[in-house]
Amino acid sequence: MILSVDCLVKEYGGFVALADVTAEFPRGQMTAIIGPNGAGKSTFFSLLSGAIAPSAGRIIFEGANITGLPQFRFARQGIARSYQITNLFPRLTAHENVRLACQALSASARGDLWHDRSYHYGLAETADACLEQVGLLPRRLIEVSRLAHGEQRALEIAVALAGSPRLLLLDEPTAGMSPEETKQMMDLIARLATERTVLLVEHKMKLVMGLADRILVLHHGRLLASGTPDEIRADTQVRRVYLGEGRSGRG
Amino acid sequence: MPIVAAVLALLPWVAPSQALSVNILLYGLFATGFNLLFGYTGLLSFGHAAFFGAGAYGAGIALAHYGVGWFGAIFIGVGVAGMLALLIGAVSIRSRGIYFSMVTLALAQLVYYAAFQATDWTGGENGLRGLTVSVLSLGPISLNFLDPTTKYYVLFAFVMFALWLLSRMLNAPFGAAMEAVRENESRARACGFDVRLIKLIAFVVSGLVCGLAGSLNALHLSIVPIDTLYYQTSGLAVMMALLGGAGTFLGPFIGAAIFLLIEDIFSLWTPHWQLFVGIIFMLAVLFMPRGVWGTLAGWYRERRA
Repeated sequence: MILSVDCLVKEYGGFVALADVTAEFPRGQMTAIIGPNGAGKSTFFSLLSGAIAPSAGRIIFEGANITGLPQFRFARQGIARSYQITNLFPRLTAHENVRLACQALSASARGDLWHDRSYHYGLAETADACLEQVGLLPRRLIEVSRLAHGEQRALEIAVALAGSPRLLLLDEPTAGMSPEETKQMMDLIARLATERTVLLVEHKMKLVMGLADRILVLHHGRLLASGTPDEIRADTQVRRVYLGEGRSGRG
Repeated sequence: MPIVAAVLALLPWVAPSQALSVNILLYGLFATGFNLLFGYTGLLSFGHAAFFGAGAYGAGIALAHYGVGWFGAIFIGVGVAGMLALLIGAVSIRSRGIYFSMVTLALAQLVYYAAFQATDWTGGENGLRGLTVSVLSLGPISLNFLDPTTKYYVLFAFVMFALWLLSRMLNAPFGAAMEAVRENESRARACGFDVRLIKLIAFVVSGLVCGLAGSLNALHLSIVPIDTLYYQTSGLAVMMALLGGAGTFLGPFIGAAIFLLIEDIFSLWTPHWQLFVGIIFMLAVLFMPRGVWGTLAGWYRERRA
C-alpha cells in the first residue's frame, strides 16, 4: 500500500464534510473517487494533499504517519496535486510555473540565495521534460494568463509532475473541457498512470469506468462503496444514489 | 543593477543640490528594502520606519554613548534592525492582507513610543545628538566626511554593496520563490515551498537593508530625529516604491528622486507642499499603476517584443 487513510474525519463547526473514511490505495493502481456534488470529494483531496488537517484520523503514506504535517512536507514526501479550478502562477510563463515546482522540491536549489537561477539548469531541463509530456513544450514561454483553458488544465498536470511524485492527485482534470480536449486529457492520464499511483476525482462517472482499476464512491461525506468498476456498476446502493441520478440527467 | 549603479554614480553631477542627491541615495535604499517585501514578496508593510529607525538609533547610540567607531556603528545599526525585523516579522507574517499591514503598523508605533520614552538612550523628542563623525578612518585610509563629494561616494559604496547582494538574491532561486509567494501563495505551498520561512527571510533581509539606510542616514545627519521612527516615515517608503515602480530594481530610487524633488521645489513656494505631493501621488497611482519606472520598462519590453 502506498497510502492508507484510517477513520478520517473533517468537521467544520457542526458540519461534517467527511465522516470516518477508511481506505487503502495499492501502489501503481489508479483509483477514481466519484460521488455527487457535495459528497466530500474535494475535502478528501485537500486532506490527502495536506492543504487542510483532519479533525480526526490518520494518513499513512509509504509507511509513515504524515497526519498534521504542513502542506509543503506532503509535497516533499512525493504527493502532488492538481486543482479543479486552475490554480497556477498567472503572470509567469508556462515554463517558469513548472520550473518553480521543480525548484520547490530540490533541496539544493530552493533556498539558494547566491547563485544565478541558470546555475541550476537541471531544473529548467526537468521542467521542459514535464511540459513535453503534456504537449505544452512549444508554448513554454507563453504567460499562463494567455494560455487557452485546455492548455492551462494541461499545465496543471505538468506542474504536478514536476518532482516526479509517487502519488499524483488529480482533481477533476477535465473540468470545463470540450469533448475533444477531454479525450486527450484522459489519454494523457492513462499514460501517466502506467508509471505511478494516481488518484482521480471525477464528476463524470462514464469517463472513469473504463480507466480506473478501483473506484471509491463518496456520498454525504461517507464512503458508500469501493471496488472494481464492475463491482461498483453492480452495487445496488450506488445505482440508487448515483447511477439513477446519472440516467435522468448528466453523467 | 548596472543601470542603478550608473544612475547613482552620476547623481551628484545632475542633482540640483548635494543634500538632495544624498537623500535620494539613502531614501532610495530605504524604499528598496521596503520594495523587497512589497514588490517582490507581495507583503505590504506599514511599519518599515521601525527598521530605518532601528538602524539609525542603533548606529547613533553606538557612536554617541559607547564611542564605537563609525564602521562598527553601521554594523551595529544593521544588526539591531535585523533583530527587530526577525521579531516583528515572526509575529506579523502570521496574518495576511490588510491585517498584516495593520500588525506591522501597530508594532512599529510601539517601537516609536518606546524610543520616545527612553530619553536617556534616545534623547526622546529632542532626538539623539552628539554623533558627529568628521573623519572616516579605516586602517591606513582616512577620509574627510565633511567634504560633500567624499561623503556622497562613501555612502554610495555602502549602498552599492547592499544592492549587489540584493541583486544576487533576486536573481537566485530564492528570488523566484519570493515571486511565487507573491503570485499565488496557496500554489507555492502546494508545490512544496515553505511559504512562512520564505516570508520571514524576505522580511529580515528587508529589515537589514532598511537598517543600513537608517545607519547611513544617522552618519549623514549627525543626529537622529525621533520622526525617523514615526509612521510617516513608513509612508514615505510606500509612496516612493509605488511612485517609482514596485517590484522593479531601479523603481524605488526613481520614486525617491521624484518625491524629494517635488518636496524641494514646492516647499520653496508654499508650506503646504504635501498637498501637491498628495495630488501627484494620486495621479501617478491612477494613471501609472506600475509606477514611473515600471511603466517605462513595460513600454520598452512591449516595443521590443
